[in-house]
Amino acid sequence: MPNLGSYGVYVLSSYAVSLVLLAAIVVASVWQARRVRARLHEVESRRDRTA
Amino acid sequence: MASIWEYANPRKFMATSAVVLPWVAGLAAVCLGVGLVWGFFFTPDDFRQGSTVKIIYLHVPSAIMAVNAWLMMLVTSLIWVIRRHHVSALAAKAAAPVGMVFTVIALATGAIWGQPMWGTWWEWDPRLTSFLILFLFYLGYMALWEAIENPDSAADLTAVLCLVGSVFAVISRYALLFWNQGLHQGATLSLDREQNISNVFWYPLVISLAGFGFLFLALVLYRTQTEIRARRLKALIAQERMG
Amino acid sequence: MIALLTRDLQLAVRAGGGFGLSLAFFLIFATLVPFGVGPATGVLGVIAPGVLWLGALLACLLSLDRIFQLDWEDGTLDILATSPVPLEGLAAMKALAHWITTGLPLVLAAPVLGVLLNLPGPAYGWLIASLALGTPALSAIGTFGAALTVGIKRGGLLLSLLVLPLYMPTLIFAALCVTKGAAGQDALTPLLLVGGITAGSVAVLPFAAAMALRVNLR
Repeated sequence: MPNLGSYGVYVLSSYAVSLVLLAAIVVASVWQARRVRARLHEVESRRDRTA
Repeated sequence: MASIWEYANPRKFMATSAVVLPWVAGLAAVCLGVGLVWGFFFTPDDFRQGSTVKIIYLHVPSAIMAVNAWLMMLVTSLIWVIRRHHVSALAAKAAAPVGMVFTVIALATGAIWGQPMWGTWWEWDPRLTSFLILFLFYLGYMALWEAIENPDSAADLTAVLCLVGSVFAVISRYALLFWNQGLHQGATLSLDREQNISNVFWYPLVISLAGFGFLFLALVLYRTQTEIRARRLKALIAQERMG
Repeated sequence: MIALLTRDLQLAVRAGGGFGLSLAFFLIFATLVPFGVGPATGVLGVIAPGVLWLGALLACLLSLDRIFQLDWEDGTLDILATSPVPLEGLAAMKALAHWITTGLPLVLAAPVLGVLLNLPGPAYGWLIASLALGTPALSAIGTFGAALTVGIKRGGLLLSLLVLPLYMPTLIFAALCVTKGAAGQDALTPLLLVGGITAGSVAVLPFAAAMALRVNLR
């Protein structure tokens, strides 16, 4: 860890906030994608069966 | 000769993005990793700002991408209005939350940086205020997409909102400068120009910016894929209900 | 088109039409301010320009969802869309009706409320001028927002979220005009900028509103 001096809390919290937010949008996008993919698969296999 | 418009075809988009996405995501991870690690661990402190200068590797790229995201939404909205390519409208929809998150990061890091530098968490400085307004624009855009049932109507109305909003955003920028000359002037962001920032800070900054850019691209490609699937899902369910 | 205008004006003035409600809101808002910030006349005098403009802005905002909602609900909007009057003209007339029934009364009431809020003497003229020039923009922008959200049930809050950011430039320049006027500084430049925004909004936004109406009427 470099010597951040008296500003340590500011620098670290900036990095923490940013990384958390970036992680959040990535995770949210993945969850949403998985949900949609699963539902689409479900509906499409229903279609294929009745077709 | 392949035209870019071929990718407006959903099938072609899905196929191409599936191939491209891992590479873009990889580039994003590498650039962000290199840029931030270099910036955090291997750069000196600034004469005036001490170690808080390290916040620049987050604040500047996120601010630049927050604006670029909106510009991308503007262009894709125009393409939707003119050429009616669904992929374009869905790409705009997909980009909005990402742009919004970048805006929040820019605001938060700006506020955290501002406290030790300017003695206050917030100032009604034109640049900070512009980003607050941009955040509101993102919110409104996303809310409108959610509020409208019919996907094509939603695409049309949000596109019009994006167009009108962009004009007002530009007008607001000038209004804000008129209203309050502001702290940013001269102080921080002339660092963008090469003469005013030494190479020591410049390289990791540019690499971080590339990282944010690739991350934006990766997320938009990924989320657009999801939107295309969601649209198909909605159509199939509607078919089921009728049939 | 004149027939459309008179129809809207008559509907607004009739019982339940909402005429006067915006004015009442403006009054109540101005009355609430001292309760919020304290009665010190020095403070009130300083914030009066901004507060008066905020009140006018919010009063305009509250009457926006009426613009198309009633016609949408009873199907009149569909009929109007097929009439020989272009939708752009309809949107413009709706905006004008909104201004006459909401904006114009605010312009006239503002000086009275200025007395309540210790508005400095030199500012009165600038207040009236900025409101007269600026409220048409609020109506035009509001009509656009109302056209976007007409199909949405209980879309009033979303309408506010969409419209308020668009109101910012007008508010900034107009409040600045009145504040500078109060201090005897150059208030003409911001006033002209208010006029510019109004001119642009009134000219262009009816087209955007018509685009939105067409989408919603499909």
